[in-house]
Amino acid sequence: MKPGSTSAACAALIRRDLTLVWRRRGDAVNPILFALIVVALFPFALGPEPEQLRRIAAGVVFVALLLAGLLALDTLFRGDYEDGSLEQLVLSPHPLALLLACKIAVHWLTTALPLLLVAPLLGELLHVAEPVRWVLLGALALATPLLSLIGAVCVALTVGMHRSGMLLALLVLPLYVPVLIFGAGACNAALAGLPYVAPLLWLGAALVLALVLAPLACAAALRISLS
Amino acid sequence: MPIPDSHDRPALLEARGLAFARNDEPIFGPLDFALHPGEVVLMEGDNGAGKTTLLRVLSGLLAPSAGEIRLNGEPLTLARLSPQVALLSHQAGLKHDLTALENLAFAAGLHGVRAGLSPESALAGVGLDGYADVPVRQLSAGQKKRVALARVLLAPVGLWLLDEPYANLDLDGIRLVNRLLDHHARRGGAALITSHGAYAYTSGTPRRISLHGGSSGSRDALGSGGTAESIAASAAPTAAPTTAPSENRA
Amino acid sequence: MNALTLWFHKTGSPPTFYRLAGLLLPWCYGIALLLGAIGLYGGLVLAPSDYQQGDAYRIIFIHVPSAWMGLFAYFFMAANAFIALVWRIKLSEVLAMASAPAGAAFTFITLVTGSLWGKPMWGTWWTWDARLTSELVLLFLYLGVMGLYAAIEDRRQAARAAGFLALVGVVNLPIVHFSVNWWNTLHQGSTVRLLGPSHIDAAMLWPLLLMAIATHLWFFGTVLARTRTGLLELDGGKDWVRAIALGPEMSAVAAPAATERTHG
Repeated sequence: MKPGSTSAACAALIRRDLTLVWRRRGDAVNPILFALIVVALFPFALGPEPEQLRRIAAGVVFVALLLAGLLALDTLFRGDYEDGSLEQLVLSPHPLALLLACKIAVHWLTTALPLLLVAPLLGELLHVAEPVRWVLLGALALATPLLSLIGAVCVALTVGMHRSGMLLALLVLPLYVPVLIFGAGACNAALAGLPYVAPLLWLGAALVLALVLAPLACAAALRISLS
Repeated sequence: MPIPDSHDRPALLEARGLAFARNDEPIFGPLDFALHPGEVVLMEGDNGAGKTTLLRVLSGLLAPSAGEIRLNGEPLTLARLSPQVALLSHQAGLKHDLTALENLAFAAGLHGVRAGLSPESALAGVGLDGYADVPVRQLSAGQKKRVALARVLLAPVGLWLLDEPYANLDLDGIRLVNRLLDHHARRGGAALITSHGAYAYTSGTPRRISLHGGSSGSRDALGSGGTAESIAASAAPTAAPTTAPSENRA
Repeated sequence: MNALTLWFHKTGSPPTFYRLAGLLLPWCYGIALLLGAIGLYGGLVLAPSDYQQGDAYRIIFIHVPSAWMGLFAYFFMAANAFIALVWRIKLSEVLAMASAPAGAAFTFITLVTGSLWGKPMWGTWWTWDARLTSELVLLFLYLGVMGLYAAIEDRRQAARAAGFLALVGVVNLPIVHFSVNWWNTLHQGSTVRLLGPSHIDAAMLWPLLLMAIATHLWFFGTVLARTRTGLLELDGGKDWVRAIALGPEMSAVAAPAATERTHG
């Protein structure tokens, strides 16, 4: 009697989570709609002058995606906690951190990647400047997985709570500040014609660090929440 | 010091001085008992006696506040959970959006598969052949329970920890659970099942453990553990239900 | 068990710590008040005016010690949270959670005094200066820890979860500080620094140091007081709490029962 291999477990988990998202594919549009609405609010608030919008475009898109991701975070463990599959995940003989990393990866793929794909469109709505376009996409590609990983640790801490929305935002936002600063900073540097590679490299370094540490922290936090 | 052992094989599960307290409020224990291959032990206790908590501690989800758990002689730690336990808890751990078969396929990937079984045959084993492609959402409570039982059946483990396996089941289902337990015991497995008494494991001569609130022993659970007077130690293999002295919680 | 561990376990047991904290508490508060009064007199009356800032600079005698305490309290909280998570010591859980509100209060005072000083100096209540922003993030971290602690029903689980968050915050704090510095220099030139690191008059220095000691003692005073309450709350049903609650004559009755139980 021996358990299956760890890679089989990860594959099964990824397949199951993808199937679950597919069965509820209507919900997958919600973060995109949310980001679109947030972006659309800015011209209403600030006026339609393209010059003004161009200056804030990258920052607004960044914040919109960050907030949309924050709203989507709640679904990361909620369903699994409520139906008891999270318990089964913890009880499996495989490293919990690795399984959680798979879950976070699927969550990023299904919530953040679609946002990433519409980000250029959101940028166009705000007349994003030509040199910023690609920098924005690159910064988002590095920042969104980082946000998902950091957020997952906080979600794991609030997993047993009924109304955790506001609290989750309070826990997560201080941790998001550096990501936002470097991500939007790179875009602003590009807009000003300054070198923008350094902040992107910092984001990349942080992403590598988070890829290693966040799943471990997430597993530890989850064990605290489930005890 | 190994406890005296009339069985020829080592204990699948052994609890020594096991106690659990939440916020210093004793939930159960200290308990001493062992489960040997081929045994089915029925744990009885009123609501709130700590049956579910005991199962969660034994499975490794909760850390005991005192005592230790050994699985096949190896101590169980939170950091390294044993791959030898299957837990059926109140929440079935099933995804309502997936079909019965998809749920089992996931469980098979996560926990592995018992030799000679497949998700399909496990589903047939709990009398649900023909329901493979039905979403769990559309199954009745009893059928969901059967799918969850199929998950336990499928797992390549020796020890089953079943929390209220009879709940939501009709007479046919109760017989099914007993059949599964018999079969599991015959091939060398062991099971610890809880029930608040309405239905019980009837075949053979099940050992019973009674769990009645906080124990009479010292509240300081770090103490000797009181092997002699422990309730569980009285659970000798006997067909007669052990009527534990009713004690109020302190 | 070596002597140190034994001492640690003994002092860390709730009844002992409760008694010890009760003894220390008046001293902490008393000396803090005394030193604080002398320090404030020295700072607000005796110290000379600044040649650039006039009397407005005198707010540093509150602002700077508070800022130090905001950080100190965070590290004190995180260190206790670490001990609580690794060795599962109840006292450390309570200590960590007791220091969060005190640290948050000091951070808040820092922000308020900073913006009071900023109005005459910079002409604005708030500026996105790197230090101010880091301080704001620190306040959010405190509020997050306190919010999480308040939101979870089980007190010990709540303390562990909030403690874990505090540890995550420790990793984050230097990153925030670094990133905010980078961000600020990108937008504008370096702002006027309050005081150069080297030139501070001795007449200004000693009140500042006295205030620093006073705030430390005050912090420990509040933490001890909160920890005492926290321990009573956690151990509500225990005999030692019952003895305190019922007074000496009843505890004499309760004591034999307690010994009986431990031997039973």
